Amino acid sequence: MRSPRAVRRSWLLWLPGMLLPLLAPAQETDDAWAERRAALVRELRADARYAGDLVDGGFLPEVLRAIAVVPRHEFVPEGERAYAYANRPLPIGHGQTISQPYIVALMTHLVRPQPDHVVLEVGTGSGYQAAILATLVDHVYTIEIVEPLLQEATARLERLGYDNVTTRLGDGYHGWEEHAPFDAIVVTAAASHVPPPLVRQLKPGGRMVIPVGGRFVTQELLLIEKTAEGELVTRQVAPVRFVPLTGEH
Amino acid sequence: MSAHSPPRWLLPAVFLVSAAALGYEILLMRLLSIVQWHHFAWMIISVALLGYGASGTAIALWRRRLQRHFTAAWSASALLFALSMTACFALGQRIPFNALALVWEPRQFLLLAALYLAFFVPFFFAAGCIGLALASASRHINRVYLADLVGAGAGALGILALLLFLRPPDALRVLAVAALAACALPALAAPRRAARLALPVAGAVVLGLLPSGWLDLRLSPYKGLSQALETVDARVLATRSGPLGLLTVVESPTVPFRHAPGLSFGTLHEPPEQLALFTDGEGFSPITRFEGDLRSPGHFADVTAALPYRLLERPRVLVLGAGGGTDVLMALALGAEHVDAVELNPQVVALVRDTYREFSGGIYSHPRVTVHVAEARGFVTRASARWDLIQVSLLDSFAASGSGVQSLAETYLYTVEALADYLRHLEPGGILAITRWLRQPPRDSLKLIATAADALRRTDHEEPGRSLAMIRSWNTGTLLVKNGTFDAGDIEAIRAFASSRSFDTAWYPGMPPEQANRYNRLPEPWIYRGAVALLGDGRADFLARYKFNVEPATDDRPYFFHFFKWSAFEELMSLREQGGAALVEWGYLILVATVLQAALAGAVLILLPLTLVRTTWPRAFVRRMGGYFFLVGLAFLFVEIAAIQKLILFLSHPLYAVAVVLAGFLVFAGAGSGVSARFLAAHPERTRLFTVVAAIVAVAVAWLTLLPSLFERLAGLGDAGRIAVALAAIAPLAFFMGMPFPIGLTRTAREAPAFLPWAWGINGFASVLSAALAALLAVELGFTAVIVTALLFYAAAALLIPRTR
Repeated sequence: MRSPRAVRRSWLLWLPGMLLPLLAPAQETDDAWAERRAALVRELRADARYAGDLVDGGFLPEVLRAIAVVPRHEFVPEGERAYAYANRPLPIGHGQTISQPYIVALMTHLVRPQPDHVVLEVGTGSGYQAAILATLVDHVYTIEIVEPLLQEATARLERLGYDNVTTRLGDGYHGWEEHAPFDAIVVTAAASHVPPPLVRQLKPGGRMVIPVGGRFVTQELLLIEKTAEGELVTRQVAPVRFVPLTGEH
Repeated sequence: MSAHSPPRWLLPAVFLVSAAALGYEILLMRLLSIVQWHHFAWMIISVALLGYGASGTAIALWRRRLQRHFTAAWSASALLFALSMTACFALGQRIPFNALALVWEPRQFLLLAALYLAFFVPFFFAAGCIGLALASASRHINRVYLADLVGAGAGALGILALLLFLRPPDALRVLAVAALAACALPALAAPRRAARLALPVAGAVVLGLLPSGWLDLRLSPYKGLSQALETVDARVLATRSGPLGLLTVVESPTVPFRHAPGLSFGTLHEPPEQLALFTDGEGFSPITRFEGDLRSPGHFADVTAALPYRLLERPRVLVLGAGGGTDVLMALALGAEHVDAVELNPQVVALVRDTYREFSGGIYSHPRVTVHVAEARGFVTRASARWDLIQVSLLDSFAASGSGVQSLAETYLYTVEALADYLRHLEPGGILAITRWLRQPPRDSLKLIATAADALRRTDHEEPGRSLAMIRSWNTGTLLVKNGTFDAGDIEAIRAFASSRSFDTAWYPGMPPEQANRYNRLPEPWIYRGAVALLGDGRADFLARYKFNVEPATDDRPYFFHFFKWSAFEELMSLREQGGAALVEWGYLILVATVLQAALAGAVLILLPLTLVRTTWPRAFVRRMGGYFFLVGLAFLFVEIAAIQKLILFLSHPLYAVAVVLAGFLVFAGAGSGVSARFLAAHPERTRLFTVVAAIVAVAVAWLTLLPSLFERLAGLGDAGRIAVALAAIAPLAFFMGMPFPIGLTRTAREAPAFLPWAWGINGFASVLSAALAALLAVELGFTAVIVTALLFYAAAALLIPRTR
């Protein structure tokens, strides 16, 4: 925990960071993008120490490796490319956003992806989360309810060679029965409740993660674990180690 | 212009411009409610005053030239008012201001400023017309002023009537036509009519040729309605427009709505088919399909809000905020003997009861249901009945709640006084149930507990903790407040209900700490610990040390959703990239930004141009009078903004409160300033001012002490009756508040006439700043403090005015 003085002066740290991207020149080459990606990964590695107990010891190395290879700039609109590797959410049209890289890393970390896993994603959005998962697991099934978004994401994933991702337009509430059960389920679209059918399609030992909050902010992540015996353990994971009471650490 | 009578066209034209300007002011608040998330009343009032102030400065600088071409200048200004009001309505919606991204993008503050300046333009031209007329009218200035005030009053109240029948873009067209008519009137009275009509006709043609979609409402793509409509196959079934809100009913056959906050994921039931009812594009309230069998919507038993029905046998229920009727259906399904459903908006009731009668299974005509169209709080206050269960519905959306977009929404539903009122209307052993979205770290839930505890103390429950129970799912918390204490049987039922549905208990009397965090595990059992502190001796210490503001909301500070504390702001901003952004309340930041930009814009557009004119004046006198006009400007708007907030409860909606207060203050303050010249005319200004200030203080104190109970007693009157009462309450206060400014002007005119434009300018600048500053102060300190501060300003102003030599 940082000292109160450090916190008080911290605007010196975040204010320039907010203003700098305004000056950043457009970088076009693949190398330049890779360099920015590497910088983002370094940043995420450092940020991990602010995350909650479930990330003790930092993000899984393979998660960071995935972030280091997936070209995030391909998943954001042309006008937002300059910010593609900034650690913040970006609008992708249709009232949707691409999550902040930190949240993507945290969500991916929490589902503990393995190479033989079959994963369901509800809410494809830009396809970025699917692409990250696709580099880590055997297959990703992803469902989207906004038609133009799905078409763009499908074309994008195909163009970038993610051939272990299958997309579908429609209702995610009932999961994807033909390919159930799943080792992990990622629900990126907020809902008023957790769809019970999704819980049923989770394998024993599987994990489901749901970000909770608005479009540009993630308040917490809901992590549902199904034990080998089929019991459910639900945890509400704060993305940030923030103690709401002063004088307690 | 003749010195004896104004040209025939002038008074009706002034009336039209003034009415259109005030109507536009209120229409813009409506617009912002729809396309953004809040009415931003203080911002629009500030921007309108900026227009009036800046045009005053412009007229002061070019007075002679403008007077020489008075008719042409008038027509041009009225035409530009008509064109810019339309253009800026469209432009304002196209400025991609996205409040949700405020924490990430500093550029959003520039867009907010752009919005502010865009809305400034039409008011500049409207005020230009009025200012020209006043500046050119010498002897008949009182009649021009009267036309201006009557027009303003008519515009403010007229727009409410207009909005009953017209959608906002169509109401805008009516206002634009009024402004064009004001442009055409001088030409109609002139000899070479045809040639002079060219200008307004051209304006009408331009407005008539606008593509029809140009003025359509463009909602933020992040609002609930926009998002629902992006869903494949979703479509709008019906819309209704009224002053209380724009209603939209949406169906989504392919990806059905399944709105069921706090539904246990162990449930075996899927929510039945729903239609989504949105108010101003947000506040999802489902209309649930009901086919007459009360056993079929089985999921109702598996939400946190079902808990009170486990503790009560066939209760008589009062549902506050019935909306689409789903909570009413739930009450019936869970065994209510009778349900009184209170809904503010008659158009909502009509939609459910008539338009979707079949879909909703006639829920609002059910023999065990009585629907009341009323403001919820007022309904309870004046009710003579008592209920076994009073249920406050969860009407706001999680997205709106989670992103802090409502942090400045006044609500009189969740104040200490409100909860005490609900408790008094419970049968012995009856229960008040409130379900809220949960956020981590907890905010709403803790504020609710603190509020309920205070309400219990006020209603003679010595140990509030024994009358409270709360359970939570991962995203909702349901608080029960009992008129009595929870006994062992109740507690057993609460525990059984919670554990069978994997809900956690957050508090009940005698709860062991290890029960607090079993199913939906939080990093720490914050709600339980907070409840222990808030219900025990640690209350004050906890409120001070908690990094969010969870002090109870009161009728004096009805900002339940305001959790912002400066002390936590920097820490959260520094943790922004690690997920801390969710914890910053942007509504408050917008208010702070508005205060700053109002100060800046006022200085640049009102005061700076005045420095262009070199002049000399008695410096000591001017220094005191500068302070005088500044304080008088601040004080006036402080009282006006506080009055708006204070009247929201009585008039049931912010828009009504704004319209009535703006109209009332303009007309009655105008009347006061009209008679000020004759008021104690034989005495020196200082004596007159002391008398006026004493009168203001007396009336304001009466306001603060007598008005709440008077309003309570009269809350049952119809809309027209309450508006009349509110205007009568405003009249004496505004009447005396209208006097200090002209009395100061008279004095200035005598001793330093060159300072007169500055007097206007400083007063205008103070008003622009004050509108936003008053809102900020109300959030921080409450309305009483705002009014008391204003009274101190008036007293200081009276002391500043120099003694007559």
